[in-house]
Amino acid sequence: MKTKARFEIGFEQILDPAGQVLTKRLPAFARDPEEMLRMYRVMTLTRTFDSRAIALQRTGKLGTYASCLGHEAAHVGVGAAMIEADVLAPSYREYGAQFWRGVKPEEVLLYWGGNEQGSNFSGPPHDFAWCVPIATQTLYGAGAALAFQTREEKRAVVAMLGDGGTSEGAFYEAMNIAGVRRLPIVFVVVNNQWAISVPRSAQTRAATLAQKAFAAGIPGVQLDGNDIIAVRKVVGEALQQARQGKGPTLVEALTYRLSDHTTADDARRYRSEDEVNKAKMIEPLERTRKYLESLGVWDDEKEQSLMAENKKIIEAAVKTYLNSPAPAITDMFDYMYAELPDALREQRKTAIEENAADE
Amino acid sequence: MSKITLLEAVTQALSWELEHDDSILVFGEDVGANGGVFRATDGLQKRFGANRVFDTPLAEAMIAGLCVGLSAQGMKPVGEIQFSGFMYPAVDQLVSHASRMRNRTRGRLSCPMVLRAPYGGGIHAPELHSESMEALYAHVPGLRVVIPSSPQRAYGLLLAAMRDPDPVVFLEPKRIYRITKQEVPDNGQALPLDTCFVLREGTDVTLASWGAMINETLKAATQLAAQGIECEVIDLATVKPLDLETLVESVERTARLVIIAEEPRSCGVGAEIAAAVAEKALYSLVAPIERVSGYDVIMPLSKLENNYLPSVNRIQKAVLRTLEAER
Repeated sequence: MKTKARFEIGFEQILDPAGQVLTKRLPAFARDPEEMLRMYRVMTLTRTFDSRAIALQRTGKLGTYASCLGHEAAHVGVGAAMIEADVLAPSYREYGAQFWRGVKPEEVLLYWGGNEQGSNFSGPPHDFAWCVPIATQTLYGAGAALAFQTREEKRAVVAMLGDGGTSEGAFYEAMNIAGVRRLPIVFVVVNNQWAISVPRSAQTRAATLAQKAFAAGIPGVQLDGNDIIAVRKVVGEALQQARQGKGPTLVEALTYRLSDHTTADDARRYRSEDEVNKAKMIEPLERTRKYLESLGVWDDEKEQSLMAENKKIIEAAVKTYLNSPAPAITDMFDYMYAELPDALREQRKTAIEENAADE
Repeated sequence: MSKITLLEAVTQALSWELEHDDSILVFGEDVGANGGVFRATDGLQKRFGANRVFDTPLAEAMIAGLCVGLSAQGMKPVGEIQFSGFMYPAVDQLVSHASRMRNRTRGRLSCPMVLRAPYGGGIHAPELHSESMEALYAHVPGLRVVIPSSPQRAYGLLLAAMRDPDPVVFLEPKRIYRITKQEVPDNGQALPLDTCFVLREGTDVTLASWGAMINETLKAATQLAAQGIECEVIDLATVKPLDLETLVESVERTARLVIIAEEPRSCGVGAEIAAAVAEKALYSLVAPIERVSGYDVIMPLSKLENNYLPSVNRIQKAVLRTLEAER
């Protein structure tokens, strides 16, 4: 039998867990201490935010919350790889990418606190909001990419999903149309090894998730998702290609969910402490800090002052969140349609009356 | 002016809007060179180019997903689902995103999109080609469900759907795609959505229907008129949100209501009309509300399909039952 096609999956890692640089050809941003510091600030801010959000949930001041602990390099790296005009189609825990793009911590809290107003956030107004049904964002991401392609705009879409999402039909359909029409979109699979309680090994027999790109005829690449330099570099190059009309890419970022799936989950039920401890050894923040130290721009004092600064920012956000007014009852009606249909106008009036009577 | 079919009116509306609005894109399975399996997009790719009228891979969730993403980013997509029976994968995008994008983002993003699909029985088609599942979509908050019943309304309502700032599921009664012809001026005039159309005025009984069943309903009304019974025939046109005002006003005059629909009987649009009219106008009624509908069965294949679909005879009998009651 003849070989008709052959495929290979590359793996990109620039910064190893000890913060050592593995290449002689660092991308420009990685040689720029200011730029690296900028990313480190958002990564640490995201982690401070995450633990504060969990604490809020535990004390009854926030609803169910999806933690992003351990994903900071993958998320902030994606945010940093994008330009403002690009569109982010996240799932529901990519706060690092969103903070980079201007979403405010108090807005994330508003959302998980049960107020839709949180999705009317301060980031780029064209960015999609959080997407709960798994992998469905890849399809509207492709639609957004088609809009840019049709209007000949130099913009691209990043659709983010998890390892579990790669089992969904929507993901295959999205990569397929992206391949057919060479859409300006980058699919970023943040493979954190666990879809709630189901391990990566139970999602697919495939050796990598990146290779799923091949069936769609698009490039697929795997990288160390705890290495922010690799994430920003690879996603940045893929976005550049996309904006230049050279088509889509699938990026698989390997990381680990150090937290429970959400605050409603207890990961101790299905995975060993040993596995989690091993993953902690290769988490993304420490190696970034070590790299900054090696550049001579970071030390303990700066670290402490950054932590204090982050805490201040997050506490201010928490205060804003806790002091934000409850939405009006009419809010649930007023955004259903551009103009409220008669039948709904009547229900709106009834809702006001009934709720007033209940008080 | 020559007369055209409902199907040609659909093409004419798509063509008008493609011509006058650069943000309109038309796509789906076989809509390009083939012009659609029913020919609804006949000639459009040739006229407007493959960038604006194109074939997609065979994946209905994807077609709907493209509509969501395109519309949220400033385009006006018109997706075609080849048969409504293939639409269920697309329901995910309709329910999860199209219907809620505006609400989810508090108005920051929205989905001005149209998803078209031929629906309904009567063409002796294979399995899953004949169902009337409009209630499935009508039940989803945030969607509009629009069903034309004549060439003129197909043209005017499809134009309105394409200009609507919110997502519209546009179901086309394929049984009457080609059976009636009307003059339809190609003037870009839209008809109002969320509005019923009174097709025949009458004083004795209100007949509410939509889609292909309007044909049987009008026939029944004509035959009953010969017996001196004057039926008011109302075409819902937009089955969600419902124009209750027109329906209630009519029932208040006629005191009788017969609902004619080919959908399965339970939990349907007809059930909603019956409930709403009972809420608003029960004391005006002198007879129980009658429903002439499909049954709660799997839509039968061609041998039994006419036994499932409401007939002129069944409609007449229902009307006569309501007239047994005295005012």
